Amino acid sequence: MNIVIENGRVIDPKNGVDRSTSLFVADGKVAGLGEAPAGFVADQSIDATGCVVCPGFIDLGARLNSIEAELAAAVAGGVTSVVVPPDADPPLDEPELADRLVHRGTEIGKARVLPLGALTLGLQGERLAELAGLKKAGCVAFSQANKPVTDTEALLRAMEYAATFGFSVWLQPQDYWLSRNGIAHEGEVSSRLGLAGIPVAAETIAIGTIVQLVRDTGCRVHLTRLSSGAGVALAKRAMEEGLPLTFDVGVHHLLLTENDIGFFNPHARFCPPLRAQSDRQALSDAAASGLAAICSDHTPVGADDKLLPFGEAKPGATGLEVLLPLTLMWANAAGVRLPDALARITSAPADVLGLANGQLAVGSVADICVFDPEASWQVTPDALKSRGKNSPWLGYMLTGKVKNTLVGGRVVF
Amino acid sequence: MYNPQLNKNGELAHLLSIEGLPKSILTQILDTAASFMEVSARDVKKVPLLRGKSVFNLFFENSTRTRTTFEIAAKRLSADVINLDINKSSASKGETLLDTIDNLVAMHANLFVVRHASSGAPYLIAEHLQRIGRDDVHVVNAGDGRHAHPTQGLLDMYTIRHYKKDFTQLRVAIVGDILHSRVARSDIHALTTLGVPEVRAIGPETLLPKHLDKLGVHVYHDMNEGLKDVDVIIMLRLQNERMTGALLPSAGEYFRHYGLTPQKLALAKPDAIVMHPGPMNRGVEIHSAVADGSQAVILPQVTFGIAVRMAVMSIVAGN
Repeated sequence: MNIVIENGRVIDPKNGVDRSTSLFVADGKVAGLGEAPAGFVADQSIDATGCVVCPGFIDLGARLNSIEAELAAAVAGGVTSVVVPPDADPPLDEPELADRLVHRGTEIGKARVLPLGALTLGLQGERLAELAGLKKAGCVAFSQANKPVTDTEALLRAMEYAATFGFSVWLQPQDYWLSRNGIAHEGEVSSRLGLAGIPVAAETIAIGTIVQLVRDTGCRVHLTRLSSGAGVALAKRAMEEGLPLTFDVGVHHLLLTENDIGFFNPHARFCPPLRAQSDRQALSDAAASGLAAICSDHTPVGADDKLLPFGEAKPGATGLEVLLPLTLMWANAAGVRLPDALARITSAPADVLGLANGQLAVGSVADICVFDPEASWQVTPDALKSRGKNSPWLGYMLTGKVKNTLVGGRVVF
Repeated sequence: MYNPQLNKNGELAHLLSIEGLPKSILTQILDTAASFMEVSARDVKKVPLLRGKSVFNLFFENSTRTRTTFEIAAKRLSADVINLDINKSSASKGETLLDTIDNLVAMHANLFVVRHASSGAPYLIAEHLQRIGRDDVHVVNAGDGRHAHPTQGLLDMYTIRHYKKDFTQLRVAIVGDILHSRVARSDIHALTTLGVPEVRAIGPETLLPKHLDKLGVHVYHDMNEGLKDVDVIIMLRLQNERMTGALLPSAGEYFRHYGLTPQKLALAKPDAIVMHPGPMNRGVEIHSAVADGSQAVILPQVTFGIAVRMAVMSIVAGN
């Protein structure tokens, strides 16, 4: 199948491309930019006038509770690869489970599914899962999702073991003891509303421990969903030291703060919590400077699980279909150029994963997103393909609408 | 800013929190309560303001005392009162909070008095009622988690106004476990809204929420310093479970530093009043000589509480 995407603004952040031209796709790969390869005859042409043509987005964190709906949501949001945390039911701690997930993803044939294997059995933080077996079954790295490892020795051993095989470990830094009872950032809003607080120290203590263990074990670690300015500063220092460390931020944390809890809005409950304005600013700066990748942290939650008092509501928001418009909103507010913003959801996550996709160089896999950067749409339950209708943006108009998504050279949306 | 407590005309539709209410509404409640004080002194202690209306006491958390005062207040307004102890019924069968509400609305409830362990639960109910278009059904928060206990806050203000007349010259100290106290949060908002120039919070760092200064409160760790020249002392109840964690070493050590003794009370103004939302832990936060002494106004608080709750219910649910 040969496809030509015509007249679009082709942005390939990785290779510094930003110009209006045509993109040619053949045999599932990018076959040419501007000039058709010899003998190219298009079977299909996509008119991208007024649209941006860029690498498909790589989402470093998306939960797929109902896999068909969520993978359809992914490609509707321009996301061509999703990293799936292991906190499914049951947790992804056995090779067969990973195998089944990967197969199911291939069968559905929408976005690519990149599972994270459980680092420990049942995510209990005690006994190691079969990491090598999980890797063989298709896991790209190992994680505890947002369940902290309480036992520091278990964490040390897990990192030593992972380092033995050159596996990466993804950790959401949150001290168990300081976060177990909390439901909101410990700050002005939690004090006013009487919500049990999670102090910033929950994050910095965990990062301190992890960084020291990275130094000792050489294990490659990716920190997920940083939430505080102090946390960013610690991660930055460790990266400057040359440690094999990367981190990401959830797109909601770039735009919202504790103040968005308003009168106990359960849609503003996140894990880690939305923090203060200065924290949001620090996360935004980290993303703007290219230090952090951005992900959706897609967490579909049933309506009944949000129609509860704030502290009883499940944390998280739907994210796959709002990743692009929210990234654009952030870029606009933070004064970040479009190619740099797109790098945060394409090449930056590809670098975290050590993958060659996330770019449009000739010969690379044709995972492509075509979107209209000016088109507005209203976030309503019906507008979302995801089963998760939980969003702090319900009712809002967002700008940036995906027109087409290609995965491996096939038009999947 | 949108305030779910007020209707389109800026009138009180629900009482969820003192925060965000204008001074005029607080004063209206206190004035209305004053007019009800006389009712409680009559032989026939009834006025017909809520005749034919149904008040549901929805207590998801046990509280005999608060529930009783709401029940008495509703009955004096001639309402029908239905007490529901949710711990023992629906919740244990897995029914959600809003399902319970829908069922009771179908039974023609007019007013819900809600006590819930989760901060914000009454907001969820009020927003739900708005969503289903039932602006004729009202919610009064009788205590939600650590967040608010607005009728307690208002009866505290009634008490202070009764004894001190004017709010604008006062120094008020709130002592004890402010972190876990919904009473303290409601008192702080009420005091600052009514124009009290100096509100002090006294307690150890483990029992004080962060950023109290942002609420307009001066923080003291030393009770001897904090009580100096105050006009009003509001003592808070120290829950027994606070002793089990790392918040405090022991009841004895707490009492030595933050218990109100006659010696410490002497640091306040000679005519200072001592308040407590009850139930008291004698020998933990308050010495019996103070609790039973001439400056304590703890029992009058209970009496005023009935009039204040009558005022609140008649304002939100009366026509």
